[in-house]
Amino acid sequence: MQILQFTDKGIYCPAGNFFIDPWQPVERAVITHAHSDHARYGSKHYLCHKDSVPLLLLRLGQDISIQGVEFGETIRYNGVSISLHPAGHVIGSAQVRVQQDNEVWVVSGDYKTENDGLSGQFEPVPCNTFITECTFGLPIYNWQPQNIIFNNIRQWIYNNQQAGKNSVLLGYSLGKAQRLLYHLRDTTEQIWAHGAIYITNQLLRQQGWPLPDLQRITPDTPASAYKNNLVIGPPSAADTTWMRRFNTYSLGVCSGWMQVRGHMRRRNADAGFVLSDHADWNGLLQAVKATGAEQVYTTHGFSSAFARYLTENGIPAQEVKTAYGDMDEEPAETTSPHNNEEGL
Amino acid sequence: MKAFAALVKVLSNSTKTNEKLDALSRYMATAHPADRLWVVAIFTGRRPKRTVNTTQLSNWCLQMTGLPPWLFEECYHTVGDLGETIALLLPPGKNISSQPLHYWIEQLMQLEKAGEDEKREFILKAWEELDTGERFVFNKLITGGFRIGVSQNMMINALAGAYQIPAPVVSHMISGNWDPRTTTIEALLNENVTAADASKPFPFYLAYALETDPQELGDPEDWQAEWKWDGIRGQIIKREGQLFVWSRGEELITEKFPEYQPLLNALPEGTAIDGEILTYSNNFPLPFQTLQTRIGRKNVTKKQLQEAPVVFLSYDLLEWEGQDIRNRPLNERRKLLEQVVEQINLPSLRLSPAITFHTWEELARFRTLAREQGSEGLMLKRRSSVYQVGRKRGDWWKWKIDPLTIDAVMIYAQKGHGRRSNLYTDYTFAVKDGDQLVAFTKAYSGLTDKEINEVDNWVKKNSIEKFGPVRTVKPELVFEIAFEGIAASNRHKSGVALRFPRINRWRKDKPAEEINTLADLQQLLNSYG
Repeated sequence: MQILQFTDKGIYCPAGNFFIDPWQPVERAVITHAHSDHARYGSKHYLCHKDSVPLLLLRLGQDISIQGVEFGETIRYNGVSISLHPAGHVIGSAQVRVQQDNEVWVVSGDYKTENDGLSGQFEPVPCNTFITECTFGLPIYNWQPQNIIFNNIRQWIYNNQQAGKNSVLLGYSLGKAQRLLYHLRDTTEQIWAHGAIYITNQLLRQQGWPLPDLQRITPDTPASAYKNNLVIGPPSAADTTWMRRFNTYSLGVCSGWMQVRGHMRRRNADAGFVLSDHADWNGLLQAVKATGAEQVYTTHGFSSAFARYLTENGIPAQEVKTAYGDMDEEPAETTSPHNNEEGL
Repeated sequence: MKAFAALVKVLSNSTKTNEKLDALSRYMATAHPADRLWVVAIFTGRRPKRTVNTTQLSNWCLQMTGLPPWLFEECYHTVGDLGETIALLLPPGKNISSQPLHYWIEQLMQLEKAGEDEKREFILKAWEELDTGERFVFNKLITGGFRIGVSQNMMINALAGAYQIPAPVVSHMISGNWDPRTTTIEALLNENVTAADASKPFPFYLAYALETDPQELGDPEDWQAEWKWDGIRGQIIKREGQLFVWSRGEELITEKFPEYQPLLNALPEGTAIDGEILTYSNNFPLPFQTLQTRIGRKNVTKKQLQEAPVVFLSYDLLEWEGQDIRNRPLNERRKLLEQVVEQINLPSLRLSPAITFHTWEELARFRTLAREQGSEGLMLKRRSSVYQVGRKRGDWWKWKIDPLTIDAVMIYAQKGHGRRSNLYTDYTFAVKDGDQLVAFTKAYSGLTDKEINEVDNWVKKNSIEKFGPVRTVKPELVFEIAFEGIAASNRHKSGVALRFPRINRWRKDKPAEEINTLADLQQLLNSYG
């Protein structure tokens, strides 16, 4: 039974009359997480995990109508049951489980299988049909455990200090920035951040998240403040004059795309760290298998290759075009970092 | 191998020349001497002979990973480099070892006569012993071509720093006919040993394009002008009763050009002449494409010798009577050169004529005639200049003619390689023929990174069909294609082959209906082909 449909506004449940992560304004939107290509402005009513509520209010405005729920709590719309389950992507991120009669579909949103310490442990949800992201759905993308990567980043910061350089890391204001801050909180005396990251951090600290206190970068901050310290900026700051204030600095980019040398060189970074908030190839395969789904739909990323591989391995799968990530099959971040928070 | 992998990482990732030079200098001061020698060899194009081919590597990787071939292909198109793709696909090694670079190269060379099974066993064992970064460089040693932005100059400077030898001397030492299997780094960088190698060519002196009005070069009387020929820059050397012909790519190509054999007896001992290898008939250069038919082959056929006869147009005399005369002024060297060429009087050795001019306006008029001479512009050389090493500003300039151009529409796009992997950067262009579009050239370069991103985005939204890595796109985007020459070709549907095609600019102002036609191309062919 096709309890979810793919429409030009997004993933739609006709029986429950709601959309999941719609890219056009609708009556009722269930939101997997607060990134801008999944949580868009203009819908009448939003439903999301309670940890996403303050983030949506910050990003979409204080006047939206919004309801937050716990993981596993069941909500009913017209006899359709909806519940949210940990996706491990960013703070507040969730998979959406939809049940109508005995049929269960799960929309993964974005997810990663490694526990980053903040975003919760991804939980496979048994279902008939699994709609999965596959941003990194090629077998060249396999990640090392994060403790190894963070050790590399700490070593890099140390080397920069020895060479008299400031360390600037770029990462999105929601997700990558918190992960970096949480794991690198004691690495330097102070951590300086761009306003967008600072504001999100303040909000999350107020909510009780164990994040370090940040110094906000303003036009008046003296250059000496950055000395030997870590600076975190948004990806869109790359190649802009905003970066000049940190001279002399070494630039590090943290992203799954850094796995491939060609991408790394295009970013003009001094160091690339393969750190992603998306599942790697093995993570995607494990996740799909763990759901026990009889049918899989693959969305943003290497969706056609991943669907073909699943099908050849006994799990019927097909690719679905969505507006997530605003990309075809490539990382849109190389062209438009502003509208693709999912890219990293 | 870890040190080499780390070096390659800096060299390929860093955008700062100083950082690269530092890393290379450090390597040249600290690595095992045998590793240093191999690094010099690899980055100057002296790769060890290939004992395993890329198909074997791909197959063994497929066997190890159990992946379907189509998925391997998909990965390759995303990564843009076979050695890197394999390194990323293999499961982590289980027996990581710490053997140095030269160990692995020697092991690879020993496989030359090994059977397929033995080769396979060795490669699989090697992959188990190497980490991902090492596997990448190991695979690159096999597949070849470390195109990672190490210029000859950077190598020379790193060695000059590490070994305290002046850079021009190092440049001469590491050029020519040396073999990393039979020498050592100490022997290579030893002046006495260098002098003993009779074949050793001098490093070429190269010019930058003239960026200013020639008026700013000062008195025209101080300058010598020549036509700039579009062949292969070369050096002919006669030493110890042997003749050596070198290309600028430091390839010994004596055997490919039997036309030069009479020079073995005619040239006096201890002579080195710099010039251009050019196909030439009835006192006129033939298109570069004819020379290409001569380069690719080991054995030259009679037919080729008739259809694409080769001459050497001499520019400069570098060694005379066994003496290195590069430090004498050009006008002296030129006088000697004229005497040599005249005395030898062989059809295969000619003088690249100097152009007589008295004012820059006069020379500018000559430049407009360049294409009719079969040349691509002018060379300007200061009469007092010494013969320098490498590409230098100041005394020599090339003053090329403006390229030919055609407005064309993009019809296919393909992903690039290396830095441009995963971006659509390689395009095929078409001109109009009635209501048909006829593909006539590919072009890879000429757009800024920003424009490439813009085109890439457009391609993804406007593809019509996908054939493997190639996408057919709506014929909408118009580009001005520039090229240096045009020749008839029966290998191309359009009937023409272009020389150095590249994108001159994106004609956002021009609709696809207004592009040039096949007839326009044919007219260019009639005028300049």
